[in-house]
Amino acid sequence: MMAVGMRARRLGGRMLHWMVLATFCTLLAFPFYWMLITSFKSTRDLYDLKNNPFIFNESPTLEHLRLLFRETLFLRWLGNTAFAGLVVVVITLVLAVPAAYALARLTGRWGGRVGIGIFLTYLVPPTLLFIPLSRIVAWLGLQDTLWAVIVVYPSFTIPFSTWLLMGFFKSIPAELEDAAMVDGLTRFQAFLKLVIPISVSGILTVVIFTFTLVSQEFVYALTFISSAAHQTVGVGVPVYLVRGDVYYWGSLMAACLVASLPIAVLYNLFLDRFIAGFTVGSVK
Amino acid sequence: MTSGRQRWLGPAMFLPAVVYVIALVGVPFVLAFLYSVGDVKVGSLGYHFVGLKNFASVLRNPTFLRALRNSFLFTISSQVLVLIGANVLALVLKDAFRGRRLLRFLILLPWVAPVSIGSIGWKWILDSLYSVINWVLVRFHLVKPFSAPMWLGEPKLAMISVILVHTWHMLPFATVIILAGWTAIPRDIPEAAAVDGAGFFRRLFQIQIPMMLPIMNVAVLFGAIFTFTDMTVIYILTRGGPYDTTQVLPSMAFFTGILGGDLAEGAAISIFLVPLLVLVAWLMLRTAHRSEIA
Repeated sequence: MMAVGMRARRLGGRMLHWMVLATFCTLLAFPFYWMLITSFKSTRDLYDLKNNPFIFNESPTLEHLRLLFRETLFLRWLGNTAFAGLVVVVITLVLAVPAAYALARLTGRWGGRVGIGIFLTYLVPPTLLFIPLSRIVAWLGLQDTLWAVIVVYPSFTIPFSTWLLMGFFKSIPAELEDAAMVDGLTRFQAFLKLVIPISVSGILTVVIFTFTLVSQEFVYALTFISSAAHQTVGVGVPVYLVRGDVYYWGSLMAACLVASLPIAVLYNLFLDRFIAGFTVGSVK
Repeated sequence: MTSGRQRWLGPAMFLPAVVYVIALVGVPFVLAFLYSVGDVKVGSLGYHFVGLKNFASVLRNPTFLRALRNSFLFTISSQVLVLIGANVLALVLKDAFRGRRLLRFLILLPWVAPVSIGSIGWKWILDSLYSVINWVLVRFHLVKPFSAPMWLGEPKLAMISVILVHTWHMLPFATVIILAGWTAIPRDIPEAAAVDGAGFFRRLFQIQIPMMLPIMNVAVLFGAIFTFTDMTVIYILTRGGPYDTTQVLPSMAFFTGILGGDLAEGAAISIFLVPLLVLVAWLMLRTAHRSEIA
């Protein structure tokens, strides 16, 4: 009797577990399913209110994708984003890797303080800085070019990357460099020849994050770049793919899907490390 | 000799990064304050100190007062929803089961995909004419075809919509932080309590939730900052409309300072973000300091 009761309760618990999961999953992933189905529906099917919107009432079409790749600036925006991402990654690595190493190893107690200070700048939002930055960008002669965001983005990728890498370098035993220095290498040589090669996974995390942060950024790109041709994909798709008041929903949703899935997959692979950057100190 | 070089190596390695960040975060941060008490406009180069004139003009503006109120409404209600949702979601995701990786990916999508692009997906879902939600409501006879809700066209519904879409975007972030906290709780404590006869809810409320508090702090502090200072969802869904009813501080600063060209007044509006930033930074430093001692 009791065993039956226990089993029923466990079964009930299991069902509740799956119901909660299914509900959340549906709510959270639905827009992406909706992008997918919209991308392949014929225009007539999309705008006929009598049709059931959840299924294909007419045969699927590649017309929206064709329009997107042939007749819009979409490919250009993808290219711009990739280029900006690449340059920002280089700037970030060149500045953040040595900084993180120095703060983790060479500066003692106050290195940690500078580290926390750098991390706190990550909290200063674009919406506070964009007005003065728009003047600085103009002063540098970069307004309405892709270079405007390339110069500005490291201001938030460097703080976060330095913070992540500091934690990473601290986990490497200091004896490693000490031994190498006894063998005649200088500190800087030890950093270049020993520490960097064994830190590849930490550096790769920073590369991925810098790249995803760049492709997700919206406010700065919207503020500094005013011609469609120079935009990144995050602003180009939601702002410039809309021509006047006409929304080409099929192509628009196709663009959303193509632009977000690769970024989402990459980000997902490294998410736990990103989160570790936020939770330092509160999780042991 | 070596020690002399060593002393310079540290600063030489971290100063370039610090200088870059000071030039593009520190300098504009200070400039934002200077602009807010000056008369800077797009197209004119002069600067005159005007005292608190911009703040006075902003505070007389009813749209600003609405934006200020909306900012708090937007932040508090979405963070409450996020905290409840993330805890429930973390509870069902924390143990291993078949298909967990795929489900986790689907659940994370709203955070890992660019938010501007997720929002445009919602714009289509909430469309005034072709909204799939309305189609379902009409189909089940919950509303009449021509009186279906205008999700982004009526002030109250528009505010609810932007709050829910922002919650949708932030929920996975908080979930992952809380999941990280769950995996850090030593398993033997709740297990020992179970052996001693503590039921599920007693364990949850008296052991697990108190142990989770520091990590929830982290989730809420970052969530609040990212919400209070963001304008992406609102810009894409409503542009602050209808009739400025969904305007928040960041979006209003953008429309006034960037599109309207009134840099000084825009800067004055964005300065109102600073008190919350300072509060959060202080709370974080306190948390960090405490864990350093412990």
